[in-house]
Amino acid sequence: MLEIKDLHASVDGKEILRGINLEVKAGEVHAIMGPNGSGKSTLASVIAGKEEYEVEKGQILLDGQDIEELAAEERAHKGVFLSFQYPVEIPGVSVTNFIKTAINETRKAKGLEDMPAKDMLKMIREKAELLEIDRKFLSRSLNEGFSGGEKKRNEIFQMAMLEPKLAILDETDSGLDIDALRIVANGVNKLKSKDNAVIVITHYQRLLDHIVPDFVHVLYNGRIVKSGTKELAHELEEKGYDWIKEEVGA
Amino acid sequence: MELKDKLVSSFMAFENTVDVDSPVHDVRNEAIKIFEDKGFPSKRDEAWKYTSLNSVLKHDYSVFPKQEKAIEYSDVKKYFIHDIDSYKIIFIDGKYCSHLSQTTHDGIDVCLMSSALSKPKYQLIIENYFNKVATKDGLSSLNTAFSKEGAYIHIPKNKLVAKPIQIVHFSTGNESALMLQPRNLIVVDENSHVQIIERHQSLTDNPVLTNSVTEIFANKRAIVDYYKIQNDKESASLIDSTSVNQKRESHVSMHTFTFGGKLTRNNLNFYQNGERMDSTLNGVTIIGNKQHVDHNTLVHHIEPNCESHQDYKGIFADQSTGVFNGKVLVNKEAQKTNAFQSNNNILLSDKASINSKPQLEIFADDVKCSHGCTIGQLDESAMFYMRSRGIPEKEAKALLMFAFSNNVLDSVKIPEIKQRITKIIANKLGVNIGFDL
Repeated sequence: MLEIKDLHASVDGKEILRGINLEVKAGEVHAIMGPNGSGKSTLASVIAGKEEYEVEKGQILLDGQDIEELAAEERAHKGVFLSFQYPVEIPGVSVTNFIKTAINETRKAKGLEDMPAKDMLKMIREKAELLEIDRKFLSRSLNEGFSGGEKKRNEIFQMAMLEPKLAILDETDSGLDIDALRIVANGVNKLKSKDNAVIVITHYQRLLDHIVPDFVHVLYNGRIVKSGTKELAHELEEKGYDWIKEEVGA
Repeated sequence: MELKDKLVSSFMAFENTVDVDSPVHDVRNEAIKIFEDKGFPSKRDEAWKYTSLNSVLKHDYSVFPKQEKAIEYSDVKKYFIHDIDSYKIIFIDGKYCSHLSQTTHDGIDVCLMSSALSKPKYQLIIENYFNKVATKDGLSSLNTAFSKEGAYIHIPKNKLVAKPIQIVHFSTGNESALMLQPRNLIVVDENSHVQIIERHQSLTDNPVLTNSVTEIFANKRAIVDYYKIQNDKESASLIDSTSVNQKRESHVSMHTFTFGGKLTRNNLNFYQNGERMDSTLNGVTIIGNKQHVDHNTLVHHIEPNCESHQDYKGIFADQSTGVFNGKVLVNKEAQKTNAFQSNNNILLSDKASINSKPQLEIFADDVKCSHGCTIGQLDESAMFYMRSRGIPEKEAKALLMFAFSNNVLDSVKIPEIKQRITKIIANKLGVNIGFDL
């Protein structure tokens, strides 16, 4: 589904990704771990199409198609979803209206009619239930005054509504208490299928206890320096990142 | 000939068309003298520092338009809020158009200034109210000197006017360049409530300059909701001077929506002559190209226990320029005044600009007054957030702009007007929006 080949990317002339290779197949869950500043969020933003990042070299292929020239919204229409580490507050736009607009614009891009209001409401109700979101919450301004946990739950709610092919969860666990973590993870697990894939970016093992990865990669200094299975995450939890740094340095 | 000289010399010709023996004509005579003396404002005047009329005054305007050109309702329907039942006072090239209008004398007077100025039954109201609150600057005096036609609305006490009143001035382009000077008088007596919508619309690209003066009197416990829809062609300029005199416990709200026009200047003055009242001044301005919009407001708190709320939003694209000059004056006697003012602006281009100047002059010591002004750009991180969810750039921009203007749009009390304004904004931004905010 997603194939990243020798990806180099920079922001303001500073190279952050220095040759990433990654292949994610449908039905898989990949975790990307690594110390602060290793390039995890940059990788997520580059896949989602943030314009400030310059791809210097390499390719990002989605279902075999190079998506580098596509705008962020076009990637979204192709099924890429990024759950933000810091979701943006947009005063004056309600959660419901935002998600309606996002869904209908995606449908428009695919040549489909707007989703009938009745179906939309039904879907909103179901997905809100799945994430244990209060209906009142949906008429509030997007992310404005939301707690950290509410913001993250709202991100996964949007993911549930948009039903992406490739979901990238950027530190979705940060700011979540254990109950919220369980709700969010449960939501993600319910949305998982053999046709979609999830990339979980995290510092910690704890989210991976709930969303179990098929593969774990360690990103350090703009490169994937180690890949393994879920046991690698446990090892990192126990030993920290220093031994990786040493291995790479050596 | 300079426009000023042309106007002054045409005053004699104008006198042939009105009753020179009426007391109103003394007022006109006085006014033409003031105009002769003061003339048009220039950038040397503090209140016109950021707005130059030079490019507007250079045309050779017809001051007395020739015969009325007929227009059909179907041609101009889109300029009305047509999905609601309303009274209509319609003018074409400055002349009253009866077949498009729907006036009334049934308990209330919704009719013409020309009748009010000439018929005895209106004499008392005219004597008490005409030119009593309008400012005496050069431009308003010019309008007063040539005052003859416009809307006349008198709502006697205890009337809830069920239908809004639409005042629309069309210009047809029959003249190569046309100057219009409509004069409106609105008197709302005790306990009465009225909603008014005003629009100036030119139908061709010939230059039009409108110098409009409106006087509004809201007597004890009256409620007046007034909406100005300014979405004219970029060949048309508007100088609108509206003055509001409020009596105790009255509520007056003014919404000014400015999306069109070459140059638009709104002078909006509120005088609070009484206690326990409030005044609301809201505005949304969205312009581009080389358009210029100048909002000049004054709220004069004269007596205690009153409120005023001002909220002006501006979005400026391309090389457009804006001015907000908002003055709040609180007299020494006006204790317990609550006066709020905010002016928020978004500049969409490096070449657009806004001059925002809040002025507070407070002579009372027990008041709550605040003002705030912001100038910024569209939030890039919000743009990426929305686009990453599949909302295209143009729609994402529009969504942010709607959100930015939303609290003003929300304060519109007639849903059809809110819908129409939303549509005008969507057209202006080139989006077919599927969201309702």
